[in-house]
Amino acid sequence: MPDDPQGREEAPGWPEYFARQAQACRTPALRRFYAAGLPAADTPVADAPLLALDFETTGLDPHRHAIVSIGMVPFDLRSIRPAAGHYWVIKPQRPLREESIAFHRITHSEVEQAPPFEAVLDEILASLAGHLVVVHCRNIERPFLDAAVMAAHGEHCLFPLIDTMALEARHERIDRWRRLKRFLGVQPVSIRLADSRDRYGLPAYSSHHAKVDAMATAELFQAQIARHYSPDTPVSELWL
Amino acid sequence: MEAEVREIRDHFAQYPPFDNLSDELLDRVAGSVEISYFKAGTTILERDAPNHTLYYIRSGAVEVYLHNGQLYNQLGEGDIFGQFGLLRNHRVRFPVKAIEDTLLYLIPESVFEQLCDEDENFADFVELTGSRLKSTVEQRLRDNDMIATRVRRLITRMPVMIEESASVQDAARLMTEHDVSSVLVLAPGNDEDSDRVFTDTENRQWRLAGMVTDKDLRVRVLAEGAPAQTPLSAITHGRLITIQSDESVNEAMLVMLRNNIQRLPILHRRRPVGVVHLSDIVRYETNNSAYLVSNIFNRSSVNALARLTPEIRAAFVRLVDEGATSQMIGIAMSSVGRSLMRRLIELAEAELGEPPIPYCFMVHGSLARNDQSITTDQDNAMVLHDSFDPDQHDAYFRELAQRVSDGLDACGYPYCKGGIMATNEQWRQPLSQWKRYFETWIARPDPQRLLHSSIFFDLDAVYGEERFVEELQDLVATRAQASPLFLAALARNALSRTPPLGLFRTFVLEQDGKHNNSINIKRRGVAPMNDVIRVHALGVGSRSQNCFERLDDIEQAGALPSGQTDKLRYALEFLSSVRLRHQAYEIKHEHPPDNSIDPEQVSDVDRHNLKEAFQILSNAQKFLRFRYPSPGR
Repeated sequence: MPDDPQGREEAPGWPEYFARQAQACRTPALRRFYAAGLPAADTPVADAPLLALDFETTGLDPHRHAIVSIGMVPFDLRSIRPAAGHYWVIKPQRPLREESIAFHRITHSEVEQAPPFEAVLDEILASLAGHLVVVHCRNIERPFLDAAVMAAHGEHCLFPLIDTMALEARHERIDRWRRLKRFLGVQPVSIRLADSRDRYGLPAYSSHHAKVDAMATAELFQAQIARHYSPDTPVSELWL
Repeated sequence: MEAEVREIRDHFAQYPPFDNLSDELLDRVAGSVEISYFKAGTTILERDAPNHTLYYIRSGAVEVYLHNGQLYNQLGEGDIFGQFGLLRNHRVRFPVKAIEDTLLYLIPESVFEQLCDEDENFADFVELTGSRLKSTVEQRLRDNDMIATRVRRLITRMPVMIEESASVQDAARLMTEHDVSSVLVLAPGNDEDSDRVFTDTENRQWRLAGMVTDKDLRVRVLAEGAPAQTPLSAITHGRLITIQSDESVNEAMLVMLRNNIQRLPILHRRRPVGVVHLSDIVRYETNNSAYLVSNIFNRSSVNALARLTPEIRAAFVRLVDEGATSQMIGIAMSSVGRSLMRRLIELAEAELGEPPIPYCFMVHGSLARNDQSITTDQDNAMVLHDSFDPDQHDAYFRELAQRVSDGLDACGYPYCKGGIMATNEQWRQPLSQWKRYFETWIARPDPQRLLHSSIFFDLDAVYGEERFVEELQDLVATRAQASPLFLAALARNALSRTPPLGLFRTFVLEQDGKHNNSINIKRRGVAPMNDVIRVHALGVGSRSQNCFERLDDIEQAGALPSGQTDKLRYALEFLSSVRLRHQAYEIKHEHPPDNSIDPEQVSDVDRHNLKEAFQILSNAQKFLRFRYPSPGR
């Protein structure tokens, strides 16, 4: 079993990793999270219970910056269910800098009233359990959650995820013609969430908010599968 | 409310029937939706599949098919489908396919049923025809009623707001910049008074602390000798009275009267969305055309009448802005037009002396139909007593006709290009000659000739011996219905101007697939609709001249399949209202009002309604061809 489950070639080992962690973890909430398991690697994506996840953070470094809010929206290839989703504002362990307040438009008083991460961790893990996570840009949610769980309990919280930005890169950036264009100085297309959505005819949302972004990510993933993949695609071809 | 629910809700709020839901129901719908994406070309609903969902198009477009696979309808952003199956056997009645990449909001059956139970307008919309056009038109009718109208309809601009830490001078500057007489004062929100705290679009929390008006600046600042840097918090005072956006206009007025205030902030929940002034309500209430008519009869010269033109235009714009129906506007503008004409005749008679023989001034076209708008040619004629002797009398009537016609032109009703004016000798004739004209048109209908004379079949008296025109109306009503050849010829002419398929964002899509940049809404919509209605009305022997009254007669006679006259009524009302609103818009922007509509200026919702109205017109034309067939064809 891999020490670094983020390595792509080890991806088929995810179910085994979960089984092992379910035994090894001391924290009950983490044990339950891992014990809920994962869809088998060959599960068609159409049958997988999915969960779009989005964090707002105070910066990009999981070791220096903190989570400010978390949005979750469960879905599958048939429907997205915002009403069954969740949203938490979290009081960061480190004080909020002015610029990140301006960026997220979450106020001091909102953050002051918010619970600390440890207080909502069990709820977060319970909501994640049993789902295959979908994010836009894998460098935020998983590393931040892992670092926060590590700080709270000294244990890892790792899981496979599908990255709609990486999928977009596969289809918009990787082919040779685009490489050539890039070589010739033509700007590559943007694979940011809003720009990616635009290519699938998805509407622009006005707010910058973790749950809206989670909903937007779920819609983008449905669109990517509809355009580029079959619903029978095994999840192991998509998860990282 | 969570941000994602607000995103969803704000979209619903723009489209009927959701736009008229109470805030509470709207929240319930927005909070219940599931979302689903369909790539262009994929099937969304298969015929006879079970269905327990109402579908709402958030973005994209779909096609709906009949059982035989024939295309039934195209739907776009803000449209709904699936309601037919939900209301009947919970099976898909019409299959649906995405023609663009489409994002759908799925409303569960339980919420759909609540909406039908709790909101009559919603139930009508989905049950009767699923017709958005009908709902829109009925809404406009209801909106005229102060009790039914929600106060949010009076909001004309976003409220101007300022923080209470700002100075009175800042407030005065802001008010000057926005040209408003009041400004709402905000304090940062905190938990103690959380029931008064709202979150703005930027997710910041605020408490509505008060309002500062021009008068406050005078009384509490200048008169007190307070410095310009005085913070607003020092002059805001007391409890601020507000009203919820879904309260009625009537309630808003009562609140103002009860509290002796002139301005009332309107809140959606706790968020300010506008400020309504007492004068907004008074203006909403008053219909100024009656005043205008009395003013016309006080004028004693053509020049003085001509100077009323700006007032007539202003009254027209006001009627449109107040949401009056096209039928009401037509009647109001026609009464203005008739009054103007009567006054011109009175003035001319005063100078020329008593007429030598009895006569009647007759009008045709829109004035006869009582559906005059603001840009309209004069169409008039004179029916003289049968004792008419040209050598002896015509000099008088020629001069009278000339003065009236010149006067109308000076007052903004230009000369008729087709020469249908009493100044034309052909249309200044004794009653017996007029009867011969109509008898000939009816007995020996020549479509070419009729093309130019069909306008005479809308006729009414404006001044003088009204019975002359009544005799002509009687003659037309009895002869026309007994003459299939005449009706067939009139029907053929009524097919000469067809509507387009619909408007898209930037172009007009014609029936043959061609694109055009603009559409003449009169020539391609309102006028052909009038033509269709005229044929049916003459076919059932109706003596009415107004299109809506003619439709009543047609319905009573059972001349059309059931429900058809209703559809024509909605379509006519809507096509007319688009035309009138366009003209009001042009006047407000100081352009000469015309009938040419640029698709880019038409809202999404109106585009949908226009498509439906054009469809109804097109079907009505097809039916006309079948109902009044040309012999030998």
